[in-house]
This record gives sequence, C-alpha cells and structure tokens, in this order.
Amino acid sequence: MNNTKTSSGPVAKSTTMSYRTRKAIMRVVYHVVVIIIGFWMIYPLLWMVMSSFKESGTIFTTAGSLIPSPFVTENYPTGWKGFAGYSFSNFFKNSFVISGLATLGALLSSPMIAFGFSRLHFKGRGLWFAMMMVTMMLPYQIVMIPQYIIFYRIGWVGTILPLVLPNFFGGAFFVFLIMQFIDGIPRDLDEAAFIDGCSWYGIYVRIILPLIVPALVTCGIFAFMWKWDDFLASLLYLTSPAQYTVAVALKLFSDPSSGSDWGAMFAMATLSVLPIMIIFIFCQKYLVEGISTEGLKG
Amino acid sequence: MKNSQPGKIASFLNKEGVAGYIFILPFLIGLFAFTLIPIIISFCLSFTRYDILSSPSFIGLDNFIRMFTQDATFWKSFRVTFFYAIVSVPLKLIMALFVAMLFYRGTRASAIYRAVYYLPSIMGSSVAVAVLWKQLFAVNGVVNSLLGKIGIHSEVGWLSRTDTAIWTLILLSVWQFGSSMLVFLGGLKQIPASLYEAATVDGCGKIRQFFSITLPMLTPVLFFNLIQQTINAFTAFTQSFIVTNGKPLDSTLFYAVYMYRRSFEYSEMGYGAAMAWFMLFVVALLTCLIFKSSDKWVFRNSKEG
Repeated sequence: MNNTKTSSGPVAKSTTMSYRTRKAIMRVVYHVVVIIIGFWMIYPLLWMVMSSFKESGTIFTTAGSLIPSPFVTENYPTGWKGFAGYSFSNFFKNSFVISGLATLGALLSSPMIAFGFSRLHFKGRGLWFAMMMVTMMLPYQIVMIPQYIIFYRIGWVGTILPLVLPNFFGGAFFVFLIMQFIDGIPRDLDEAAFIDGCSWYGIYVRIILPLIVPALVTCGIFAFMWKWDDFLASLLYLTSPAQYTVAVALKLFSDPSSGSDWGAMFAMATLSVLPIMIIFIFCQKYLVEGISTEGLKG
Repeated sequence: MKNSQPGKIASFLNKEGVAGYIFILPFLIGLFAFTLIPIIISFCLSFTRYDILSSPSFIGLDNFIRMFTQDATFWKSFRVTFFYAIVSVPLKLIMALFVAMLFYRGTRASAIYRAVYYLPSIMGSSVAVAVLWKQLFAVNGVVNSLLGKIGIHSEVGWLSRTDTAIWTLILLSVWQFGSSMLVFLGGLKQIPASLYEAATVDGCGKIRQFFSITLPMLTPVLFFNLIQQTINAFTAFTQSFIVTNGKPLDSTLFYAVYMYRRSFEYSEMGYGAAMAWFMLFVVALLTCLIFKSSDKWVFRNSKEG
C-alpha cells in the first residue's frame, strides 16, 4: 500500500519499477528547475544586498560576481550620514511615524465600517457599498490634483497630514477584506448577545472585534507596507528634507547630481527594504491570506 | 427613568438604521472629502487654466482640444502606456499561472518556493528596487556583465536605447507576478478534485485536463486579475519616474509621469485634470470591455447563477 500517496492507481500497478524511477527523476528535475528559476528571481535582490558589502569603487567592475571581496561594511555608516545635513535616522523615523499612524488609522476605521456593511441593514447600504467597490478601482491620479489643491489651500502641504489622514476614513481594500472575515462568523453569536440586551456597539466591541484579530493583523501589515513603499504622494506633500521618508530620500540619494557613491546607496536601499523583509518573513501567512481572499471574490 | 433623555438617545442610536450609518460614518466622510468632492473639482478644473497661485480661468474645451490635436507628447505617452499594459499584463498573468501550476501540487518545499517567487512582488514597488533596476541595465551593469560571462559581449546601454528601454520596465513588471500567482494558487485549490478524477478515468491527458478543467474553472480569478493588473499598468508611475524618467526620447514616458510633469512641474493643473479625466475614461472603458467580454469566456457556476 506504499504507492497510495502517488494515487495514480492503475498506471502505478502495471509498471511499478520503471514508473517509480521515472517519477523520482521527474521529481529531481522539478526541484532543480524550480530552484534555478527561483535563484534568478531573487538574483537582483541578492545582488543589491551583496553590492552593499563591496568596496564602492568595485561594484561595477565586479558586477558579474555576487561575492564581495573584500567584504566591507563601511558603506553603511557612510550612507547613514544621508545628505543635506539630515541622516537616515531622520528619514527612517519619518517613515515609521507616517506608516505607523496610517496603520493605526486603517485599523481604527476599517473594522467599524466593515461591521456596518456586513451585519447591519439600513437604507442605502447597497448604494454605499457599491460606491466603495468603485473607489477600490479608481486610479489615484483622478483625485491627485484636486486633493493637492485642497490640502494646499488649507495649508497642509509640507505636513504629514495628507499622507496619514485619509487612512482614518477606511480603505476599501481593508473594509472588503474584514467583511469577508465577519461574514464567516456565525450570526447566532450576535443574536444571543442581542437577546441579552447587548447594543450594536456592544456586539461590535465585545464579540466581533476579538474574533477578527487575524483579519486586523493582515490589514495592519498591508497598510504599513503600502505606506512604507508609497512614493508619489510623499513626493508631492513632503517638501523639506527634514520631512522626507526613506523612499523619497533614497530617490534623491540615487540622483547622479547628489554625487553619492554606489556602495552607500545600495547599503541604504538594503536597509530601506529591511522592514518589509522582516514583515515578509514573520507574517507571510497573513500576507498570503490577504491576497488570496481579495482575489477570490469571484 | 425609562423615558429619560439619555435612554431615548441610546435607543435611538441603537436602531439598526441609525447604528448602520454611525458605523459607516468614517467611510462616508472619507468618500465625500477625499473622493467625490475632489472628482467634481477635477471635472470643473479640466475646463480651466489654473496654476494654483492665481485663480482658475475658464477656457472651455481648450485643454481637451490641445491634448488631442496639438500635444504630440500626450499621444506618445498614451501609446507608450498602452503598449506597456498590453504586453506586460498578459505576460505577467501567463507567468503567474505557469508558476502557480508548478507549485500547485504541494510538496514539502513548495511553501519556501512560493515565498521566494512572491518576494519580488512585495519589494517591487519600492524605490529601492527601481533604483536597483536602473543599475542592473546600465552599460557596466549586471546584465551586460553576466552576458559577458556566457560569451556574449554586450555594450548595450539597455536604458538609453529607444527600442530596449521600455522592455526593462516590462520585465520589472512581469518579475512581480507573485501576487497574481498567489491568487491563482487560491483559485486552483477551489477546483474540486473529483473533476480531475473523472477526467483521468475518461482517459484525459494532463494537457487536455488543463485546457478543459483548470483554465475554465480559473476564469473568474483570471478575470479579476486582468482588471486589477490592467488598471495598475495604466496608472504606473514610480517605475518610469525613477528607472528611466521617460528617457530616451520619451520612449518610456508613462501617462502618469507625463501627467505629473504637466501638473506639478509646469503647474498646469487644469491641463493635468483634463489628462486625469481622459485616464479615467480609458480605464473605465477597458474595464467595461473586459466585463462585457466576460460573458463569453468567464465560467460561471450555474448553481450560483
């Protein structure tokens, strides 16, 4: 009964031995091919990390090789000094503040909205929900100019408010994701609580919120990563080097005019993806779930 | 005490119709403040000349006339973006589906493989990768260096030739097929195994199974991915802005980058708004076309119908 695992019943029985060897060879070929392609998939990223440990002058003369020789770490302190009198501690601090606040905003507002859409019946619910789904498809560019004008008029250009505030009013992606999750919670729970005299607000806080923590983690991760990587809006609204996020700083750092050395540049580029990398390694499960749920609404 | 004021308010607030609106209030505020009102402003602005410092002056359809009849760069950027979308989206989806098929039969290592293949798509939109990409394709960059190793001596500056530069951006996009791959993997898991078993019993080969079972069953997921990726491709900004900045000779000038230049570098907000409306029109049209065509190719389960 050993070959039940490979479950191709009739074929396996007739040509047992040769079939098995062929199967084993196929498996090896499969793994070799997947590993080779996988290596080339992450080669650019490996090259970036490895280059940050090469002597700055040798990066392009040894571009074809991954292994730094000699292995140096001086690029990191050099790059960390930043430019225009601001070090990367400043840029990282800005990025963490902006991404952190944006995440907080998304987590405060989105579950509320999701609960409203998912559990309560009220006039106009269908219309508002449809509008939310449309905003999910709407390109940012269509609101980019008028939003800029509004923020300019109220004097918020050059502050972090335009980058952070919109997140406090829910994101369609997050709301939709949490709704999928709430829909999976049996209604008996809220009905029981309702009979016990619990209000809608009580049901939300005491019953639903504790149960949707995994969905909240997923949302928080996405909110953080997207803000961390955001470039266009940061470019528009952050006007002085003191406010720059890592993304904007890195772009300016890489401009030939600022006369930076490549080793330092790759060192800072590596550090800039480090938070994303850490999230990726430790929270992969949540990321995968988020993307799959969103994609499968069919 | 029953009819006291706070009690009344509390019971009013707890009515389903009222509570519903309280819960979605943040969304409503955001919808009006950050989407609906800006869209209306944008519509009005598209008929004006406006540099943000002085007040807008109404110029009728001039922006649109100029866009369609006089601005060669506008059409150039539109063509570049269209080409980029039409090449990169199908390539990306084919790649995603191919790799999803490879990982579908979960071996023990497949979780690690999946993570490795997904990694570029999570890093891909970052400035770090865009900056990196620029160096990969430089004359003395990694690509030429690796080509040299296998005996092809190349002095091509991939980013400085009009015929190759756009392909580096297409490659950057296809490289990030990871999230589409995950969506496909999720879709593959939903296909009942009984279908394959039945097909095997009937003597269907693997390839036939792919085209008769897997592909039709995946069409709803494919449909969703197609729309999402097309919109993304049309609105792509960072890649073009950082890797090539439209060069050489505007051969990689994305629509979004040109719009950004017009609005914020030349301070032509009215013209930018007109361009934004045209972008919205094109994206809406494409989405409609994909939706309309979906009757022909998207498989719908009759039970749900």
